[in-house]
Amino acid sequence: MRIIVEDLHFTYPGDVHALDGVNFTVESGEAVAIIGENGAGKTTLAKHLNGLLTPSQGRVLIGDWDTADVSVARMAARVGYIFQNPDDQLFERTVMREVAFGPANIGLEGERLQARCRRALKQVGLLDAADMHPYDLHASERKLVAIAAALAMETPIVILDEPTTGQDLAGLELMGALVESLLGEGRTVLAISHDLDFCAAHFSRVMVMADARILADDRPEVIFQQKQLLTRAGVDAPQLVRLAQALGMDNVPLTVPAFVSAWLEEYHDHHTG
Amino acid sequence: MIELRGVTYCYPGASAPALEDVSVHIIRGKVYGIVGANKAGKSTLCYALTGFIPHFFHGKLDGQLWLAGRDVRIQSLASLAGLTGLVFQNPFNQISGARFSVREEIAFGLENLGVPTREMHSRVEQALITTGLRELADRSPYQLSGGQQQRLAIASMLVMQPDALVLDEPTSQLDPIGTRDVFDVLHRLAEERDTAVVIATHKLEWLATCADEVLLLHQGQVLHKGPPREVLSRRDAAELGVRSTSYTLAARALSEQVKELRSPLPVTLEQALDALR
Repeated sequence: MRIIVEDLHFTYPGDVHALDGVNFTVESGEAVAIIGENGAGKTTLAKHLNGLLTPSQGRVLIGDWDTADVSVARMAARVGYIFQNPDDQLFERTVMREVAFGPANIGLEGERLQARCRRALKQVGLLDAADMHPYDLHASERKLVAIAAALAMETPIVILDEPTTGQDLAGLELMGALVESLLGEGRTVLAISHDLDFCAAHFSRVMVMADARILADDRPEVIFQQKQLLTRAGVDAPQLVRLAQALGMDNVPLTVPAFVSAWLEEYHDHHTG
Repeated sequence: MIELRGVTYCYPGASAPALEDVSVHIIRGKVYGIVGANKAGKSTLCYALTGFIPHFFHGKLDGQLWLAGRDVRIQSLASLAGLTGLVFQNPFNQISGARFSVREEIAFGLENLGVPTREMHSRVEQALITTGLRELADRSPYQLSGGQQQRLAIASMLVMQPDALVLDEPTSQLDPIGTRDVFDVLHRLAEERDTAVVIATHKLEWLATCADEVLLLHQGQVLHKGPPREVLSRRDAAELGVRSTSYTLAARALSEQVKELRSPLPVTLEQALDALR
């Protein structure tokens, strides 16, 4: 399902211009990371993709739906959105009820509903916590509940706002596996993230936002070698890219294995060979 | 400055202790890191270091807690206010809701302590500059983005100039440059103001650059402590839930083929450059 954003402007009450002419198209099955400094407009942009906010000017199309004409409740069948802070979206008494809320609202019931919720909880490793109260869980686990709730909707588009924030190693690996499995199913994944190593490892397209606009939109290896651009956007290159640059390597390695083979080729073999 | 001796703590209704036989000695002018998997006890240790345990969180507490030579158990939380400050993990919990602008919110704690107006202004201005919030000073705290709210939470504590500052994942929502700036500021606080700084975080790259000592928690216990490079490059870090830097991961992968790479493996960019050049 295609996403089209055309000349999108948005102004919060109090004259805060959060989006100032944003344009892009995302095709079905793409993996897009949105990076940029605090207050650049990333979350405001994401909230336009599921209709939580509607444009002050311009338009947002999700497939053939214009978000301005479709209710947030209906949009939830096409776009799953996971908030930065899970406490903004959790309100049920048990983890299972929380996850079932959305699918039940679009008419699922009985065994089909149960199966779908169990699958989503399994994907985030929380099947054992199904009967617990969300607030008896650790904050990082509440984030996983929020993710399961969105997964259970089985939407063609999934938006993750800061998925790795506050996650330990196990949580980080789980997020990586989750993104890969969604992409494997042909779904579109958009993530807002300050975790550039995570973006480099799992996303094939990176948008850089600053001052309510998109400054650049390209493949990660192109984006992450532009030092000036990154500094202007309040971000930095991923650790491996910075290391490769500091070592004077030509390569822009995005993963550990890529770095290792590039280093052996450019550096070590040269010395020993 | 802060000393915990054999502290074991259990939250009300919990079956297992969140901290078990923890002894920690925090001195002024140094930066400490707390790392470990989620639920290893990082936040709980932050609460114990600032008197929130036992004064805000009740439950079962054994062992001794000393803050600036005072027995924390018999002091009131208010009497510890100038001595120690805690920046909460979720900035939303820190915002008072009683003030209408970012500038007033930062001044709120100082007003309560009765700090003279002129000094208050200069301290607030300084905190605004340090946290990059100057242009947003007149905005409502509720009109800030998540990362900006986190900057505000940090500013509200910096302005209090406590002798010991404890921060629980203070940069989790900050952009990369903002994160580096905050770690720089904290490092300078320790060096220039002799503040004891304790940071619980998953962001090891910046912690490793500025910390003097790192405590690795596992199931409520301090499993390892020492210089950052020694603790954070440990081979068992992954099993203990610690997100090693990509520098460590790359060096470890290379060390299987390149014999000259010796432990401890690099944790920071500078160390990696040194090892891999």
